[in-house]
Amino acid sequence: MSSPETQIPAAQTTARKLTMVEALREALREEMRRDDRVILIGEDIGVEGGFGGAFTVTLGLAEEFGHRRVIDTPISEAAIAGVAAGAAAGGLRPVADVQYGDFLFIAMDQLANQAAKLRYMSGGKISVPMVMRAPVGATTRGSQHGQSLEAFFTHVPGLKVACPSNPYDGKGLLKTAIRDDNPVIFFEHKLLYGSKGARKEAGGVEVLGHVPDQEYLIPFGQAKIARPGRDITIVANLLMVHRSLQAAKILAERGIEAEVIDVRTLVPFDWDTVAESARRTRKLMIVEEDNLTGGWGAEVAARIGDVCFGHLDAPIRRIAAPDTPVPFAPIMEKFYIPSMETIVATAQELVSNY
Amino acid sequence: MNDSNLDSKQRLAIYRRMVLCRKFEERVYYLFLEGRLPGTVHQSAGQEASAVGVCSALAEGDVITSTHRPHSHAIARGLPVKSLMAELFAKSTGCCRGKGGSMHLGDLALGMLPAIAIVGGGIPLATGQALAFQYLGKKNIAACFFGDGAANIGTFHEAINMGAIWNLPVVYICENNKYGASTSVEKVMKVEHVSTRAAAYGIPGMTIDGNDVEAVHRAMSSAAERARGGRGPTLLELETYRFSGHSRSDPGHYRPQDEVAAWKQRDPVGLYEKALTDHGVLTEEAARQISASVEKELDEAVKFAEESPSPAAEECLSDVFA
Repeated sequence: MSSPETQIPAAQTTARKLTMVEALREALREEMRRDDRVILIGEDIGVEGGFGGAFTVTLGLAEEFGHRRVIDTPISEAAIAGVAAGAAAGGLRPVADVQYGDFLFIAMDQLANQAAKLRYMSGGKISVPMVMRAPVGATTRGSQHGQSLEAFFTHVPGLKVACPSNPYDGKGLLKTAIRDDNPVIFFEHKLLYGSKGARKEAGGVEVLGHVPDQEYLIPFGQAKIARPGRDITIVANLLMVHRSLQAAKILAERGIEAEVIDVRTLVPFDWDTVAESARRTRKLMIVEEDNLTGGWGAEVAARIGDVCFGHLDAPIRRIAAPDTPVPFAPIMEKFYIPSMETIVATAQELVSNY
Repeated sequence: MNDSNLDSKQRLAIYRRMVLCRKFEERVYYLFLEGRLPGTVHQSAGQEASAVGVCSALAEGDVITSTHRPHSHAIARGLPVKSLMAELFAKSTGCCRGKGGSMHLGDLALGMLPAIAIVGGGIPLATGQALAFQYLGKKNIAACFFGDGAANIGTFHEAINMGAIWNLPVVYICENNKYGASTSVEKVMKVEHVSTRAAAYGIPGMTIDGNDVEAVHRAMSSAAERARGGRGPTLLELETYRFSGHSRSDPGHYRPQDEVAAWKQRDPVGLYEKALTDHGVLTEEAARQISASVEKELDEAVKFAEESPSPAAEECLSDVFA
């Protein structure tokens, strides 16, 4: 595993506020300037007069790095993933891109059978240093442009999975992903992007965040305690970190101090931080936007239940989307996505009843 | 074979390599029957001219991608036979240290990506390898083997189109052996030749007698030159036939006896042996010597494989991540 060199606490640096899109773009730009082997490959990412990928992350990069390094592709997701994997095995560090995470299913063989397994099948002789960026999250686009796909990829040995919740983490984790010698699936939530202009996303959540001027990386496998608390541990990722933090504020007003842990990466997973917190608060809940059955939270519940059995005072509770496709109607979608209110009610129930 | 630029030494090397492929498969067949090899195996006897003809036109640093039927490709590319045999024996001295097996033979440092056993799965990877060559300014090419079955899967279309629009240094090689598992290619393809599909991507496509090793060598040489020169990919269709069934357990009852017999009349090893003999390149004595040296090489490979240590069971846990 590549081990990142630095992590600068935001407090010690010049404060700038960037959106996730700006932070991710800055990560790409810095890594492309640093390493000529880094290339971008995807649909609509470098077209003059275009939009810089579906959510503007790559806007302006073709102007700086040219079309040799910012490669627009046909609509061919399987080949995008596979060509990236082949180029990675051939010495490049491609950052591939799909417009919506849902399209990764088209590329699934290339990601799960090829990129993830080339190293293993070769007896450790091959590295596949590629990043596959993919937007996830329900945003009134219905069933095929709004899924959360983390669980599918955490299940494949050989793939790393990152899922930042804020611009600072987004930049630091993307730079680490690019330098990692393994294939990394990098999930970005559409409501956290802060895309501007015509690509602005309605209903965006706390899209601005502090990002230092100085270069920094964030190691994989280090969760962040986004809010400390003593009464209950809430583990979440992506948008659900923000919902959980909002819930924690309400809970605090009611005398319940919830600890919110942002997992930041699912593979590798920071078991120690979550287990330590669960032992301390003696109550654990997990919040994810993915469908309930087989979501990543199920794995967290099982493993933490295993190692913290004697330390828990309550059943581990999971909050996730129901086992349905993502609905379109806003009223249904609101029902589908785990809400702040549900998180508050569940935490309160666990704290009161156990 | 007079229009080929190969000299006698090269021809004999090609012939020996074909014999090695053939005898390797014969050994493997009996080793399986004797229960000495785990797993399954997809054999390539009958397709030696395609494997050797293509690889004889490659240069150092070029990379091939292969399929679930990779034995002859690996031998043709020059991977040490010992390391291939050891891999079939699931030994730690195998080319994939016992983690690949028959369907994933390869060694990238020696010019072969681990064989990809998902039909069509290697076509994007070869295209990506070619992208890396082009980007890094290397004069190398990727040679991408796949079967007629792969011509109908989506990655064929997606990846060849990408190779074409970016003029990548890659040659797409369809070994049309007439059957995808038990299904005749005629049942699953309206066009007679896979090569005609090249027109859809704006690249040259041609159908070659895949049992004529020098015809394959010539076609591949010119496709490779074109790719190396920055003029983009070619789709070569090599018409050939596998003498065995699809896999270890398949007796091949779906193939008419007269069809099998006709193709065996066109055995690529026999054809080349005759051509070389007719042209005075190969004597009976030289053929005997080549046969004996190949048998000796295989004896040593089997001995090496049998005497090699098995990997420790716990090695299962390593090499998942870099």
